[in-house]
Amino acid sequence: MPDVRSRRELERLVPVAGNGLLDRRAFFRNGAVLAAAMTGYAVVKPAAAEPLADPPWSRAAGGLVEAYGQPSRFEKRVARTLSNPKGEPRTQHGRTPHHLLNGTFTPNGLHFVISHSGDPDIDPAGHRLAIHGLVKQPLVYTLDALERYPMVSRMSFVECGGNSAPLFSNEPLQATVQALHGLVSCAEYTGVPLSTLLEETGVDPKAKWIVAEGADSLALSRSVPLTKALDDAMIALYQNGERIMPGNGYPMRLLLPGWEGNMNVKWLRRIELTERPAMGYYEARTYAPILPDGKAYQFYFLQEVKSFITHPSFGLKMNRPGYYEISGVAYSGNGRISKVMVTADGGRTWAQAALQEPVLAKAFTRFRVPWRWDGGPAVLQSRAWDEGGHVQPTRAEIVAHRGQTVKPPPVTAFPAQHYNGPTSWAVERGGEVKHVYA
Amino acid sequence: MFTRNAADLFVAIALGVAASAACAQGPRLGQPIKPAELAAWDLHVLPDGTGLPPGSGTPAQGAKVYADKCSACHGENGKGGISAALVGGEPIRNMSSVKRIANFWPYSTTLFDFTRRAMPWNAPRTLTNEEVYAVTAYILSLNKLIGENDVMNAETLPKVQMPNRDGFIVRFPERTP
Repeated sequence: MPDVRSRRELERLVPVAGNGLLDRRAFFRNGAVLAAAMTGYAVVKPAAAEPLADPPWSRAAGGLVEAYGQPSRFEKRVARTLSNPKGEPRTQHGRTPHHLLNGTFTPNGLHFVISHSGDPDIDPAGHRLAIHGLVKQPLVYTLDALERYPMVSRMSFVECGGNSAPLFSNEPLQATVQALHGLVSCAEYTGVPLSTLLEETGVDPKAKWIVAEGADSLALSRSVPLTKALDDAMIALYQNGERIMPGNGYPMRLLLPGWEGNMNVKWLRRIELTERPAMGYYEARTYAPILPDGKAYQFYFLQEVKSFITHPSFGLKMNRPGYYEISGVAYSGNGRISKVMVTADGGRTWAQAALQEPVLAKAFTRFRVPWRWDGGPAVLQSRAWDEGGHVQPTRAEIVAHRGQTVKPPPVTAFPAQHYNGPTSWAVERGGEVKHVYA
Repeated sequence: MFTRNAADLFVAIALGVAASAACAQGPRLGQPIKPAELAAWDLHVLPDGTGLPPGSGTPAQGAKVYADKCSACHGENGKGGISAALVGGEPIRNMSSVKRIANFWPYSTTLFDFTRRAMPWNAPRTLTNEEVYAVTAYILSLNKLIGENDVMNAETLPKVQMPNRDGFIVRFPERTP
């Protein structure tokens, strides 16, 4: 039962940072009450409820159970946005709607997809994985064979190196968190450690790299240091408990936890051990971001520590002053998230966010801060730290180091890669949320 | 051939050098395969020329291949169309610069590698190695990176000097062997 006194206590809570940010432990001290008072962004005034009716869907037998379940018909807007819906001869992107999701893992149908030449329609019975090059014994594996191997499961985010690229724009683009950060997702993967297979092929001491290649029409390939292959690389067969979907690499992909998405080669069919990197198209050209002096970074393997607020965010309107939960995701290719700080006054004062347990390495960590919005202007931003002591840089630091565009690019453009600075949302007096730089 | 015990010892040495990884013992269900049986998949060409096949081609031969199989998307003479231009490019200055082959790509071998594995878009891996050498020669010649009569083969292609060869900084040297 809600405790009215607790609610009053909440209302008397002294903010821990400017513009109404409350202590993260308010959740735990006042759990159910606070939850009831903070149900989202379109809440009606909780006082004076209408008399309760018995609705029609409760007075008839329901529909058929589906063989493969689908979300409610009322959730159709919760979908990926598509950059190339007609499949023209160029890359297709499908972006994750983070502002419409919660928790820490991404449903498979909403996991971001980038397919440079479409999703191949692979018959798993005809698929093979070959490992060769600087090995003692080249070997070929069928999917049936890999199914008999000792497997591991782990949570992992996968992030495109170009995720968040719109924040290189010299002016803030007015777009949803889906448009800005929709090329990162998080899932549980199950598969065979690559080290197990390399133990079987044997590794020539001269080998320093693996070159992984897909069974797509581009035979997309990326070079990966052997140390990563032997550390935590996985031949992933399952994503969130079911076989990986075609857009994410069915029937198998290379999973390199915390490393640039494009290196996590989908539809994996070949791994060649080499002494040197292949310098294929995607590593030599595409994922080589240009610096302000005209040089370009090469081998930008890591997805560095990052966070962004998903609730509230652009496109979600706040209806009236009162309690809200600020929440978002934080992650780092270097390991676990150790701390997330949130501001509601554009960076003048900060409150420490609560981190949802378990906090896992190289996976999404959901952070939350209770907030009492007074109805006035506020600028929200999050900054994350990881266990290695790396901190999310400010946007000014990124611009000084990496540069920015001269004029605003289209929101779907990729002026550069590996933006891991903050994202700021300005809540205006009427409850509209805008994207700003702060 | 080598024995199982020799293989295990070999692995132990290699892994000891490379990383302190804990390897689970697998059931050894991989099927041995000979390099010749991998030939159809063995596409990688490295900057030093490793992986380049026999064969050769000239810009003149490549112009014919290009007109037939490339120009519909990349435009006449590589000037671009629904797909990227393959010629030109201002010097790289900052992120607003457009990456082209001559102003950005560090290695000529990448052009052969990507053309062979991925092109033409609607029929990848249908060009013969001779055609790939020829169209590679044509594009390099359009960019004035080789002469009009230069022959591209496994010897000559890796020696083509790309202008932006030294334009890169390794982001994480400690992680890059």
